[in-house]
Amino acid sequence: MGALGASAWAFPLAASAQTTPARAAQRLVVLGGALTEVVYLLGAQAQLVGTDTTSLFPEAAQRTPKVGYMRQLSAEGLLSLRPDCLLGTEEAGPRVVLDQVRSAGVRIELVPASHNWAEVQRKVAVVGQVVGRESVAQALLVRLDADWARVQQQVAAAPRKPRALFILSHGGSPMVAGTGTAADALIRYAGGVNAVTGFAGYRPWTAEALAEAAPDVLLNTTQGIEAMGGEEAFWQRPELALTPAFARKALVAMEANHLLGFGPRLPGVVQALHTRMRSLVA
Amino acid sequence: MPSTAFAMAALNTRLPWWQRASRALQALGQRRLPARWVLGLTGALALLALGIASTQGAYALSPRELLQVLLSALTGAEPAGSGHLVFMHIRLPRLLLGAAAGAGLALAGALMQGLFRNPLADPGLVGVSSGAALAAATAIVLGGLWWPSLPRSLGSWPLLGMAFAGGLVVTLAIYMLAQSASGTRVGLMLLAGVAVNALAMAGLGYLSFVSTDEQLRNLQMWLMGSLGGARWGTALVVALAVCVAAAGAGWLARPLNALALGEAQARLLGVPVERTKRLAIGVSALAVGAVTAATGVIGFIGLVAPHGVRLLAGPDHRVVLPASALLGAALVLLADTVARTAVKPAELPLGVLTAVLGAPLFLVMLRQFKGRV
Repeated sequence: MGALGASAWAFPLAASAQTTPARAAQRLVVLGGALTEVVYLLGAQAQLVGTDTTSLFPEAAQRTPKVGYMRQLSAEGLLSLRPDCLLGTEEAGPRVVLDQVRSAGVRIELVPASHNWAEVQRKVAVVGQVVGRESVAQALLVRLDADWARVQQQVAAAPRKPRALFILSHGGSPMVAGTGTAADALIRYAGGVNAVTGFAGYRPWTAEALAEAAPDVLLNTTQGIEAMGGEEAFWQRPELALTPAFARKALVAMEANHLLGFGPRLPGVVQALHTRMRSLVA
Repeated sequence: MPSTAFAMAALNTRLPWWQRASRALQALGQRRLPARWVLGLTGALALLALGIASTQGAYALSPRELLQVLLSALTGAEPAGSGHLVFMHIRLPRLLLGAAAGAGLALAGALMQGLFRNPLADPGLVGVSSGAALAAATAIVLGGLWWPSLPRSLGSWPLLGMAFAGGLVVTLAIYMLAQSASGTRVGLMLLAGVAVNALAMAGLGYLSFVSTDEQLRNLQMWLMGSLGGARWGTALVVALAVCVAAAGAGWLARPLNALALGEAQARLLGVPVERTKRLAIGVSALAVGAVTAATGVIGFIGLVAPHGVRLLAGPDHRVVLPASALLGAALVLLADTVARTAVKPAELPLGVLTAVLGAPLFLVMLRQFKGRV
């Protein structure tokens, strides 16, 4: 078995990638909706041979071959697309499958998640480098940074910070987002205060804790509202009656990947969230 | 009951104990197909499954390519192309792990059913699987706290070790619990298994409560079972463990035949009953622990394979044990082929498939052979 060392007979493209790391991927598999969006924004979709199930936007991405959910990949399935590069967020896995694919000589680029603007910048830069369109990526970054600065200026000028609470409810019992989550970062960027700060990550909600958190606005995903039986059924939940948000039916629901994906549409999401929260609380 | 009379008569001849036991068992079980046929049939099925599993996959390999890959592997020639890589490094270890897993689980199921003289006995029943599952889940969720300093190069070995240890600890605990002045009490063992299963479920529930999103996903994947993590290292270790278990099972076939007539009867025949029990439990724990550690929880194979064989061949363990191993390997290889190809390039969880395919099959068998199981 010793003779079967991977490097000796790796895919030709990947072998050369070791000597000239900047070489563009010709057959790219992308794991993560935000990264896929960037690929399309850079006009590099011709290099795309597969995406994961979170890549729903733009619509054309839904017609690419799907390798499954990004945390649940299959080595042979990935290799069947004959990629020369796998680009994903650090959530991609399982690790052993990535190791298998890597040992088949495929270049793997993972972007760490940090739930801040720098994450979006890094995604654009990495995709630009991987698809060999650095200058286009640079131009996109300049544009996005300008959007971001404008939105953040607007948020900073807002008079008060509403207490917001993010509810994760994709089936099962609903959870609320504490510190360190993408939702927490999003609330702060949109000029709100996370109404729950006592813990990190997601926790199941309880009626009393909800009343104590006293959120002015509730945030949810459209998928989450659907899972809870629609907006009307959502407000029927007795524990909500104890919150300030209940009186105004202050609920903001947005598409999950759009809301929490930390992709190039983040300035727009933050802008929209900020405006909606203000109109609901004012 | 003429067969019972024949069984009693068989016990009174001057033959060695294992032959008397086997004859009595055959008379009681109304054996149907000759042993050679059953072994040939299950062996052929296993080979067929191996053939299907090695040619089918998300990554298309033409028969010509496959032949080239095999030839170059045999001759040690310089391999060409990525097809070789996919087959030798991803598909082949997976097939080995799948065959070992199926054989190991089926063997353990057959041993436990023989030992407990209970057709429902299964490694899942006495808590071996859930013990391994709980230990692995602990490693997934709390592992970061316990061994942050372990080198990454260890990969998933700590997880595998934990799962194996979990299965073994549960088996030993149950065995010790079931010891009494008059020997091992099988009823106690089954009850202890029920309690261990309940505890393990509670533990798993707690762990999934405190886990992060990513850990929860890993946990779920693991509880549904998959051969996706197969690498040569793990596959060879599991195959070795299953081979050792198979050797143990070979020694156990005759004593288990005698045990089928009842513990007291077996003692009268001169069978080393306690040693038989201990070995059967140890061998099952070895097989199930090693398999579960590497693949996660794959249900129903330990139940379906031995029952399928018994329906064809009757209860003689000299046939049931090897034929179950072959049938189990065939079933897992076939189920995994479906898992790998049904939604390619994505993959279905294997444990879901074995349950979906295994449970209805089992119900049909029960319905058709009512009273003969």
